Amino acid sequence: MSTILIIFCVLAAVTVLTAFLTIFSRNPIHSALYLVICFFSIAGHYLLLNSQFLAVVHIIVYSGAIMILFLFTIMLMNLNKENEVHKPRITRLGAIVSFCLICLVLLAVFINSKPIVGEYISTGEDYQSIKVLGKVLLNEYMVPFEFASILLLVAMIGTVLLSKKEKTEK
Amino acid sequence: MDSSIIIEKSVIILVVFAITMLMAMYSTLAERKVAAWLQDRIGPNRAGKGGLLQPLADGLKLFSKEEFEPNTPNRFLFFVGPAIAMSTALMTSAVIPWGDRFHFFGRDIILQATDIDVALLYVIGVMSVGVYGIMIGGWASNNKFSLMGAVRAASQMISYEVAMGLSIIALLMMTGTLSLREISAQQPGMHWNVFYQPLSFFIFLICAFAETNRTPFDLAECETELIGGYHTEYSSMKMGFYLFAEYANMFISSTILAVLFFGGYNYPGMSWAVENWGVNIANVIGIAVLFAKICGFIFLYMWVRWTIPRFRYDQLMHLGWRVLIPLSIINIIITGIVILRAEIAIYLGF
Repeated sequence: MSTILIIFCVLAAVTVLTAFLTIFSRNPIHSALYLVICFFSIAGHYLLLNSQFLAVVHIIVYSGAIMILFLFTIMLMNLNKENEVHKPRITRLGAIVSFCLICLVLLAVFINSKPIVGEYISTGEDYQSIKVLGKVLLNEYMVPFEFASILLLVAMIGTVLLSKKEKTEK
Repeated sequence: MDSSIIIEKSVIILVVFAITMLMAMYSTLAERKVAAWLQDRIGPNRAGKGGLLQPLADGLKLFSKEEFEPNTPNRFLFFVGPAIAMSTALMTSAVIPWGDRFHFFGRDIILQATDIDVALLYVIGVMSVGVYGIMIGGWASNNKFSLMGAVRAASQMISYEVAMGLSIIALLMMTGTLSLREISAQQPGMHWNVFYQPLSFFIFLICAFAETNRTPFDLAECETELIGGYHTEYSSMKMGFYLFAEYANMFISSTILAVLFFGGYNYPGMSWAVENWGVNIANVIGIAVLFAKICGFIFLYMWVRWTIPRFRYDQLMHLGWRVLIPLSIINIIITGIVILRAEIAIYLGF
């Protein structure tokens, strides 16, 4: 128990520290790299909770794809000028509102998941394994799952359209 | 936890580490020998008998060279780059089953460092993290050519990871598990996955070439355009680490190919050998067979390098996004239809 506690403390310290460094470092590339370390430590937290699938997928998606694209864009656009862009007030307001909404969703998730997790623990089934996860996702939560994929598809098509727009106007 | 398990696993990890290093070392010699053979030369033959000590001589040379550092504001990241490349190249071997179980002193010994539930995803995850070594090193070099090499490597790896993941999905629909140990155990004798999923195998093979930055996809270090690519500014053992990581990656991806598609340690007549010669001897043959398959793939890598010229960058992207991804999606659909053919026949009323 104590070793797990020590690992948790170290991981938590790394997570919080790198999260703050992400915000406070002036160089965008350093900021992105701190965020990568932050993601890795969050994957470590998932492993501590014995959810291997979530940890590995987290690393593949966030560290392996999204952050590489971030770094890629920062390197290509040469944003290395260490200047901070001032956002308009409406953007900041939007950020605060969306953060509050995320907190609300998270709270709902925690309240709803508590009895279900307790059920799994009482039956002794490994609810973190891919088999259980896949069955639950594609049976009980089929409709939300499909909606999420449609949302992603729409976002993808939208991005392609936005990037193609300039060429057609010329 | 049992202390004997810890000892057993540490021994396995050490041996796997040593073998990976040895294979990577001798791949450098093999590459030069194969190149020489394909170009009708003799190749390195001065150090040792037939050039056998050449890798040691190369290593000694790299260690003793002057360590040059460019004038960069990111000295720390400049050091971190090769370290990440090397460590990610060595991390993948943890989940690979090198053989079936041995039976010594009344206990079963499984030749695998760890058998996790999501082994295949772990491999893909480590591969996708490997590009950080190239990106960070290329960027921290403070050199335009290095940066271009790094950016090319990143976009190439991201593009081919998609096709690679999709090609594996068709295989996973058949195996129904992500554990490499179970996937190997599902291919006894000659029931290798390559015979059931040939398209998946070809897509995976092409993507493996792209992921290891080998010719014809070595645009990240394309000499004619970018000097040395991401490792232009590196010298001494730091460059040695980058080159070594490439060979270690080649070894590991050959192993993954052998395990996923060519039956891993399985060979025809393995059950007969277990019955007549005992588990241990059958297993030793199995390990030898696995290494023969791996060496075959490493030879394929070298053969392709000296046969197919480098792609142009737009051709590379075209192949990745417009050829391999649609092909792998078609493969998934076909696999799904074949798996559910009984249900579909009932549904259609046959």
